[in-house]
Amino acid sequence: MIIVHPLLGPRDAQEFTYLGDASLIHRPDPKADDAAENFYEYLYQRDNLAGEHRELWFHEQGDRSWLVIKRNTLTHDILSVELASDVARREGRSK
Amino acid sequence: MRHSAFQIFKQALRGHAGWKPIWRSPDPKPHYDYIIVGGGGHGLATAYYLAKKYQGVNIAVLEKNWLGCGNVARNTTIIRSNYLLDGNEPFYEHSMKLWEGLEQELNYNAMISQRGIINLFHTDPQRDASVRRGNAMCLNGADAVLLSQEELRKKCPFLNFDNARFPILGGLWQPRAGTARHDAVAWGYARGADQHGVDIIQNCEVTGFLISGGICTGVETTRGQIRAKKIGVAVAGSSSRVMAKAGMRLPIESHVLQAFVSEGLKPIIPGVITFGAGHFYVSQSNKGGLVFGGDIDGYNTYAQRGNLPVVEDVCEGGVALMPMIGRARLLRMWGGCVDMSMDGSPIIDKTHIEGLYFNGGWCYGGFKATPASGVAFAHLLATNTPHGTAKAYRFDRFSRGFLIDEKGVGAQPNLH
Repeated sequence: MIIVHPLLGPRDAQEFTYLGDASLIHRPDPKADDAAENFYEYLYQRDNLAGEHRELWFHEQGDRSWLVIKRNTLTHDILSVELASDVARREGRSK
Repeated sequence: MRHSAFQIFKQALRGHAGWKPIWRSPDPKPHYDYIIVGGGGHGLATAYYLAKKYQGVNIAVLEKNWLGCGNVARNTTIIRSNYLLDGNEPFYEHSMKLWEGLEQELNYNAMISQRGIINLFHTDPQRDASVRRGNAMCLNGADAVLLSQEELRKKCPFLNFDNARFPILGGLWQPRAGTARHDAVAWGYARGADQHGVDIIQNCEVTGFLISGGICTGVETTRGQIRAKKIGVAVAGSSSRVMAKAGMRLPIESHVLQAFVSEGLKPIIPGVITFGAGHFYVSQSNKGGLVFGGDIDGYNTYAQRGNLPVVEDVCEGGVALMPMIGRARLLRMWGGCVDMSMDGSPIIDKTHIEGLYFNGGWCYGGFKATPASGVAFAHLLATNTPHGTAKAYRFDRFSRGFLIDEKGVGAQPNLH
């Protein structure tokens, strides 16, 4: 798979490591009353979709940026690549 | 028809024209006592043990495709029980004992070949870990022998003992481990289940579950509605997709594991050899091909095919371990879609929906578990209580903090 990095252009997927579903950006509030239940869902439960899947990749052997990649898990086609920091800010995180 | 040497002789005299299909292809009935979703190794084994132990019950196995076309046909055929943890080892040793009697039990040649498995170690701490694992195996009734470098040199003189990065100090050997003919396991269980009256319905995809008031009473399929008192799902690789139809999320990611076969060679590899440090394991099939593999690719996928970096990595590991195979040509390679669970161990449990039961999360090691998984799932379906060897394989182990994490890497499925 070739990942078109937003800053570095086309890079081989071998340079990256994979974390998982992009919903991991949104860590639950540890002070909430239902924090234990929320962290259980966050840590262990996954949608594991067949088809379009948003996921976190880390450019470990490159610029060490985190990316959010939309990829089809049935065909391995990469549909979009964004910097995870941009996605996180857009979705309401402060950093 | 009972298989025997006499039968082969008798059929040979008639030009082998007398053999019959070894299972029926019935139309689905509107109602069963039990429906097993998934006609792979685990589903068929479950149906077999359920029908054998609880005679007089109506059972159907529903398979989306043809029988045994998924992971039971895609694995590298290794059977072993060399686990460390209490939640796992009794279960896998139960499975190993069932393998040893499987061919007599099913009257079917599954080509079970107990040529042993050797896990190599390269450092003193790794040797200590192997001793600990071997002791855990022996405590649970399995067999384990620690091989020194000299003993290993006699068994496998072709290994690269003086590798600069991973010099081989010895290995942990389980003599009773080995390989089995994977397709024949599916066919044998299918034949046995069919003989006990199980309806095996192929090309019948489950498209939904009939659930009302928290009770599951049947399934919607491409061949119409089928009702049942209890429904067991055994579709590892597609578990999340199927259980999503019942509104469930699972602690599972789907990943691809690739496998490889070389051209046929003369007998050279005495059993299964695993080189964990180099991400490579190998055995030799009865036809002479080297059957080998390594790590999963590491990203979510349902594609049943992997990518080239892992092919390169596996082949590098192989050549580093046994340079003599550097000239062997790769004949075939393929990928299988596996359920990677959050602690690397499986789930055999009830769900929160009454009448709906789940068997999955087998990671890259479901084949060796086939017989014990069938017994345990059949027991759970019939009695509503977990089988003695599978008590730890519960859904709630994640929320309660009772993980069965052999590798100790935490909730990161691609590292297990």
